[in-house]
Amino acid sequence: MRSETYKISVRNLTMAYGDFVIQRDLNFDVNSGEIFIIMGDSGSGKSSLLKHMIGLNSPQQGEVYYGEENFWSTDEETRKSLSRRFGVLYQSGALWSSMTLAQNVSLPLSTYTDYSATEIADITSFKLSLVGLAGFEEYYPSEISGGMKKRAGLARAMALDPEILFFDEPSAGLDPISSKRLDDLIMELRDGLGATIVMVTHELASIFAIGDRGIFVDADARTQTALGSIAELRRAPPTAKVAEFLSRGSAPSETLETS
Amino acid sequence: MVYSIASTDSALSVVISSEVIDARELGAKLVQKIRTEKLSLIRFTLDGDNWSSRTLAAIRIVDEAIRKEGAVSDYSKLPAGVSKILTISQPTVDADKEDDRKTSADFLTLVGEQTLAALKEAQEVFKFLLESLAALKQMIRGKAQYQKSDLLSFIHAVGPQALAIVGLVNLLLGVILAFMGAVQLQQFGAQLYVANLVSLGLTREIAPMMTAIILAGRTGAAYAAQLGTMQVNEEIDALQTFGFSPIEFLVLPRMVALALMTPLLVLFADAIGIFGGYLVGVLLLDIGGVEYATQTRNAIDLGDIVLGVAKGSFYGVLVAITGCLQGMRSGRSASAVGNAATSAVVSGIVAIIFATALFAVLTNALGI
Repeated sequence: MRSETYKISVRNLTMAYGDFVIQRDLNFDVNSGEIFIIMGDSGSGKSSLLKHMIGLNSPQQGEVYYGEENFWSTDEETRKSLSRRFGVLYQSGALWSSMTLAQNVSLPLSTYTDYSATEIADITSFKLSLVGLAGFEEYYPSEISGGMKKRAGLARAMALDPEILFFDEPSAGLDPISSKRLDDLIMELRDGLGATIVMVTHELASIFAIGDRGIFVDADARTQTALGSIAELRRAPPTAKVAEFLSRGSAPSETLETS
Repeated sequence: MVYSIASTDSALSVVISSEVIDARELGAKLVQKIRTEKLSLIRFTLDGDNWSSRTLAAIRIVDEAIRKEGAVSDYSKLPAGVSKILTISQPTVDADKEDDRKTSADFLTLVGEQTLAALKEAQEVFKFLLESLAALKQMIRGKAQYQKSDLLSFIHAVGPQALAIVGLVNLLLGVILAFMGAVQLQQFGAQLYVANLVSLGLTREIAPMMTAIILAGRTGAAYAAQLGTMQVNEEIDALQTFGFSPIEFLVLPRMVALALMTPLLVLFADAIGIFGGYLVGVLLLDIGGVEYATQTRNAIDLGDIVLGVAKGSFYGVLVAITGCLQGMRSGRSASAVGNAATSAVVSGIVAIIFATALFAVLTNALGI
């Protein structure tokens, strides 16, 4: 069904607010079909990096490529059509509060496809059932719990069968069981849809359970200090901070078995 | 005094009671003692078992002072819990960071920064206006992305739901104008001209302005708060990543609702305000009902009403622009949303008054 999946390439990216540089010289590729983790300590600009990749913040320097397309130098129309190929799950779900869950999921469908109304309704309930929210079509975001909002946000992110899914701290604020379920769901989606997944998280359990490769952005060094497969980073962390991060603060030598 | 100091060979013993102590005074005293007696170890002891964060905070201040003198504190005589907590609160190498946010700048820097900020703001306003115009163009061409149901619900909120308050305020304005005029005009036996004053004043100036001010408080603030909350909630980000233009999706229907409803509200305000003047004229000034109506009919012509409605529509657009602009520019915190709503109302009302003054000069100069 999918014609081509993109490889995302970030080249020499510098992110800044005014004069304040958050991160500089970021270089990495996200291969299609992998689960790529953006790690980092608090305030390192993980979420900002995600925002630069999905087109919310424009980089001060450097490029973000989707396949061959340079996201920031291409024209508005191409940029919009690129955006339509990825889905984003925001930290709080970011559901449109004036619409029901069904309307939230169906709006992208009714805008960007020529499916009939019944078909759209069917797809909508199917997507909601994928995240365990069947029967909640007519609920408003204010009427459901935080975890449900997050799942509904995921259903909306998947509405257009995206090739790339971005997650901003998906397990933040979830209990361990829901967080595990969300991880499983993400894995299933990757395997089922063949989607590429880029995830900002510092949940070690998730990182070890589902992450393929990852990047570590350091708040003090203000650039990336580690890049590679999660297993490799765990075995041979390039810096003391990465070692500490991946072992939940224990001494670099005695790595904790978390998963 | 609620502390005592005693020096032994090389150590200084400080006994602190659970009562309030002046930590800075104690610190200074200790520093003095350290200097004169060349001591390097300060041993803290607690008098009694009662302690609270007050005691701990005081010890921390004292500690800081003596640390600067190169002396070392000894917590071993303190209760185990206290010494543990104090050790945690001690500065670590990386946590002891300087607050490098800008605190003060000289006058010229401030002027420069403020000017740049103002320029940037003007640029943002201009960009917002251009984008809104572009969105309007898209709408006219039938290509804008927005929800028809949104537009209808905004129209309902701006128009029908505002009828009661707009009606009440303008009825009272009619009454006030009539009374104000009557006091003066009665002196000349010309109370019949109250009808002229009320109808002309209302339709040309007062009704459009007051209606717009009500809308600024009612609708402009609501728009700013709605859009600001959406900003906090990342809803606007979510629209953008789906390729929807927030201006078309959120701002356009709100602006169109206000632009469509304000003229109708002004017409309604005209009618009900004139009725208020009529009540005063007929019931209190003994003017005949038919007489008052005829006088009103002769006082105003279609041009006056059209002028008032046109002004009202313009004010309505101003309210929409200020409300939506403040909402879209809102920061991502609760207080930022509050500020956005406040500035929407304030800048809305100021813009309306400015426009009224401008219109007054213009209509006078052009003889309309």
